[in-house]
Amino acid sequence: MGRQVSTLRVVAILLAMAFLLAACPAAAPAGSEGMAADGEMAADEEMAEEDAMEDEEKVLTILYWQAASLPGPYLSGGTKDQDAGAITLEPLANYDPNGTIVPRLAMEIPTIENGGVSEDLMSITWTLKEGLLWSDGSDVTADDVVFTWQYCSDESTGCTASEAFLGIESVEAIDDRTIKITFDSPTPYPYNAFVGANTPIISSVQFADCVGAAAQTCNEENTAPLGTGPYRIIDFKVNDVAVYERNPHYHGEPAYFDTVVFKGGGDAASAARAVLETGEADYAWNLQVEPDILRDMEAAGLGKVVSAFAGYVERVLVNQTNPHSDLGDDRSEYMDGDNPHPFLTFPPIPQAMSMAIDRTLISEQLYGFAGQPTCNVIPAPLHYVSESNDTCLTQDIDGANALLDENGVLDSDGDGIREYNGIPLKVSYQTSTNSVRQKTQALLRQWWLQIGIETELINHDASVFFGGDPNSPDTYQKFYTDLQMYTTGPTIDPQQHLSNWICEQIPMRDNSWGGGNIFRGCNAEYDALFEQLTQTPVGPEREALVKQLNDINVQNNYQIPLVYRGEVSAHLDTLQGVWINGWDSQMWNVGEWHR
Amino acid sequence: MGQYLVRRILTIIPTLIAISFVIFAVLDLAPGDPTSALPETIRPEIRQQIRKAMGLDEPFPVKYGLWMRQFFVNEPLSLIENAFDIQIGDSEERLRVTSWGSRGVPVMDMILERLPQTMWVVGLAYLVAIVIAVPVGVISAIRQYSVFDQVGTFFSLIGYSIPTFFTGLLMILLFSVKLKWFPMIYDTNLSIVDWDSFVQQLRQSAMPVAVLGFFQAATLARFTRSSMLDNIPMDYVRTATAKGFRERYVVIRHILRNSLIPVVTLIALGIPAIFSGAIITEQIFRVNGLGALLIGAIQLNDIPLVQTVTFIFAFLIVVFNLIADVIYGILDPRIRYS
Repeated sequence: MGRQVSTLRVVAILLAMAFLLAACPAAAPAGSEGMAADGEMAADEEMAEEDAMEDEEKVLTILYWQAASLPGPYLSGGTKDQDAGAITLEPLANYDPNGTIVPRLAMEIPTIENGGVSEDLMSITWTLKEGLLWSDGSDVTADDVVFTWQYCSDESTGCTASEAFLGIESVEAIDDRTIKITFDSPTPYPYNAFVGANTPIISSVQFADCVGAAAQTCNEENTAPLGTGPYRIIDFKVNDVAVYERNPHYHGEPAYFDTVVFKGGGDAASAARAVLETGEADYAWNLQVEPDILRDMEAAGLGKVVSAFAGYVERVLVNQTNPHSDLGDDRSEYMDGDNPHPFLTFPPIPQAMSMAIDRTLISEQLYGFAGQPTCNVIPAPLHYVSESNDTCLTQDIDGANALLDENGVLDSDGDGIREYNGIPLKVSYQTSTNSVRQKTQALLRQWWLQIGIETELINHDASVFFGGDPNSPDTYQKFYTDLQMYTTGPTIDPQQHLSNWICEQIPMRDNSWGGGNIFRGCNAEYDALFEQLTQTPVGPEREALVKQLNDINVQNNYQIPLVYRGEVSAHLDTLQGVWINGWDSQMWNVGEWHR
Repeated sequence: MGQYLVRRILTIIPTLIAISFVIFAVLDLAPGDPTSALPETIRPEIRQQIRKAMGLDEPFPVKYGLWMRQFFVNEPLSLIENAFDIQIGDSEERLRVTSWGSRGVPVMDMILERLPQTMWVVGLAYLVAIVIAVPVGVISAIRQYSVFDQVGTFFSLIGYSIPTFFTGLLMILLFSVKLKWFPMIYDTNLSIVDWDSFVQQLRQSAMPVAVLGFFQAATLARFTRSSMLDNIPMDYVRTATAKGFRERYVVIRHILRNSLIPVVTLIALGIPAIFSGAIITEQIFRVNGLGALLIGAIQLNDIPLVQTVTFIFAFLIVVFNLIADVIYGILDPRIRYS
């Protein structure tokens, strides 16, 4: 009996302790505010001062569920890394959320009109603002810009942003503040290098010994780069958390927050919860959460969900070559057009498949805040968007069936599956493993079954599917299925993206499946128009060409666009100044955030 | 015993070499590519350059040899240098095992940075589990089928069968979202300087420790209970009781001592798990300890990091197996190694 009583007592004490522990901190925030005013505490001056400091310290907590590996875009290509860098590193100019270029370290945006871009489209000249300083107080000069180019374009650096520097012949410092970039061929859109958070300027003094293979050994430099932005790094814990303080040498208005904490880890749903339901964090990035759950969380009233759109389109690629496994090594090989797909190259079939899709349903149910239905492969910026394909926005299963009937694609043996030239319409459809993608696949299969097309669904782990291992049969480059689905999109100028779809870019054995024409479609008209695009400067003529190229791609059914994808983030209602940006880092204007 | 120990320690060396080879080979052969985590817009040529810069192009024996040298020679030297603030040879030129995900950052530094939070959270949970589990197991056994035993068994079964990601989520919803008692984000930068920051540290560890502790306590309590039940009907217990000792004395001096032998072994074998962290729990609460480090590295195909972390875990498991065997011998004089 006595023993039982003592057990009970221990349990009671433990419980009491647990409650004390829980209750004490709950009271703490309220208590600490009162503390400064408390006479007894004030007697100890130092303590009071510290408390006052604590009360006043303004901390901005940003949650990224993927933790940053390094602050900066040059050695680690993730958005998380680019964004961790963008809090302190700055490019010459940024894109604003509308896709307009706005000067950052540069005085103004060079154009043909103001003489900054040469008439022959061969060079662009930037001028730095006056009196720019690095976060350690040293001067920013044109040499830093030149150095940044040398650093990233050195092959052995393994720079993840070197794409932006392709086609540049030289970058020279004309004087301390003037930089001239010369291209190797006429470049109608000269704003790829040093514009946007993926190509910020780094310090030539700090990184002098980190070029090339040595980049792999520069631990301190890589984790604490000097910046010119509103905040500067004081601590970086790899794949965990970065801490920044206000940069006293910033060229703009001093930033509002004393400290910025850029915390990583966890998952998207709990990041959303930490902002929208508990208010522990001010900003949470890339909330890939079921739309319904996110709506419920937003209803808690602490913060709001915001979305940003760039150019990403989730789409189905239609294999123009025959991927049948009987062909062995020749599957999905273009072979100069001698290996066409047995039925997907017959236009009414893919067209009917596109008609049968309810894009609105997919984007509303599966993507929520992060999706809009689209019929184009170039969905933005607005002046580049074609309007001639918009009929696809309404699902038309009857129309699709009628189209197939008219073209003699009929179900002759009564098994529910149509045949074309005696071949039953059975397609294999692959994508990466991801719940939204698998749900999309299931929906499409169901609609296609209604028009007499049977679909086999396949998914591969993303690291394999996008991995590019030349020995794996399951990569998107090899495309050993009839259809596949993924997302890519144009940057603000679509030329680079459109260049993927010329005949020369068809992946095959001979080029180790390098090349961006994944659907393996070759169209002479497209190639000719693209050639013209590369010579046409920014303006209405260029816009018309982009629309035409988009239309050729979509109307030939090389690709079936589904959803225009954005990114969803959330921030507290009390956090002001957030202007979420799809074209640049979401942190692009973090210096203007305040409470 | 001495001879036995020497022999065991000597066999560890080939075991570890074999393990290191297997880990290295499996990861090297596994599909996946560190550049696959990069944006899809990056061109294949550029991916190739990046792979080359990471040293992926080298043949397998070269990579393995390099890693062996970096891990077994260069890393210990760097550790010694850092610990004693001295310089041995040309330390600037000495290549360390560096991560692919965070290029230039030595893998060992990353591990050491993560160790404190893992040790604190997982270690504390382990301690809490032991403190709860052993008494619960003992009382459940001596009062078999009592209410206490039934309740204990009920909670043990729950703790054992509900996965930590579920209890973790439940706790967050209850204690963070509804009651707002504990923070759901673990602040790894918090340093304990005064009472307030200590309380803050306790608050932020409360939920992960509770989740992990509950899970481990459940297993341990069941184990202690059944070990006690094995011993209670033994003759020596009856003899002790017949001698007129009080029940408490018999339980603590006789039954418990004997029953704890397997429990202690189990605890020793579980210690490597403290270092390897609790992958899921760390992820849920953003503790970002070693478990989170490993899972992140696997997702990014950061092979050097995965290799090193896995190898360290393997090393700890091998060592603690030896320790468990030795403890067993010390606790139970009947066991003699020869």
